[in-house]
Amino acid sequence: MHSSTALAEQFDDLEQQHEASSFGMWVFLATEIMFFGGLFTAYILFRNFYLPAFETGSRLLDVRIGAFNTAVLLCSSLTMALAVRSAQLGKKGLLITFLLLTLLLGLTFVGVKLALEWRHDYLEGFAPGLNWTFNGPDSHHLELFFCFYFFLTGIHALHMVIGVGILTVLIIMAGRGRFSPQRYNAVEVSGLYWHFVDIVWIFLFPLLYLIGGRY
Amino acid sequence: MSGHVVPKRLYILIFAALIVCTGLTTGVAFINLGKWNTVVALAIAVCKASLVVLFFMHLRWSSGLMRMVLLAAFVWFAILVALTLSDEFTRQWTPVPSSWEAQAQQEAR
Repeated sequence: MHSSTALAEQFDDLEQQHEASSFGMWVFLATEIMFFGGLFTAYILFRNFYLPAFETGSRLLDVRIGAFNTAVLLCSSLTMALAVRSAQLGKKGLLITFLLLTLLLGLTFVGVKLALEWRHDYLEGFAPGLNWTFNGPDSHHLELFFCFYFFLTGIHALHMVIGVGILTVLIIMAGRGRFSPQRYNAVEVSGLYWHFVDIVWIFLFPLLYLIGGRY
Repeated sequence: MSGHVVPKRLYILIFAALIVCTGLTTGVAFINLGKWNTVVALAIAVCKASLVVLFFMHLRWSSGLMRMVLLAAFVWFAILVALTLSDEFTRQWTPVPSSWEAQAQQEAR
């Protein structure tokens, strides 16, 4: 691609164009922080109201699967960062390889979540509204914990699925040679989004799985 | 070419640090530290998030504009958490007048 077509006409130079696209994505991510922030605040509040039930809930989650999925997401962040680097250097083959790896790791995360965790919780009777069989003294408070659990991980997983869609589009675009060291903004801002979803999980993992007194 | 190209080795180093932190936070969860368990878990999470933001998301090499956006988001989030929690945790500080409670009981009947 010629540099004349790499630069959209409303920008003075490539630097400004690059800055504008990153800025737009950071502003979007700021709204995402507020979106997840509201959920996190509600979780912290109700955890303090019903601490025993929420600690029981945390212990009922499988920490091994949580830790494994954290590692999978961190791997995908590394491959995404390397994909952006390949785009910066104009290495088309490497770019497609790293984007594919990121896609596969993202699908692994969602697959593990769906097939191992959610399915297990449902079958064990920990799905509020669908299959709830727990009859302990804190049953209603525990139900609230699992509402938060499914909502938080569900919204996160939805973000992952959207990310997988974005990656698919990027791979097709990369295959058609739409990126160059002058114009790789789409890869860069998609990377920002992907890393943000990773960061949400970095906070979800300790808040949901770890701080329930596992000792 | 626009944007800072980060050496591959640095990315792998950051990734290794993130994996070590994940192992650490999972391990610490099985040791009884009382209320410090929560503090340690969140401190490690903040460290991990900072590594991702600074290096993977290139904030270390980004302009002040991007830093301002992130800072603004976190300040607003801090206000959200601080005001909500300060409301909830100070409600019992002032006593409820006994006449109010009597009235509430009457209405409940």
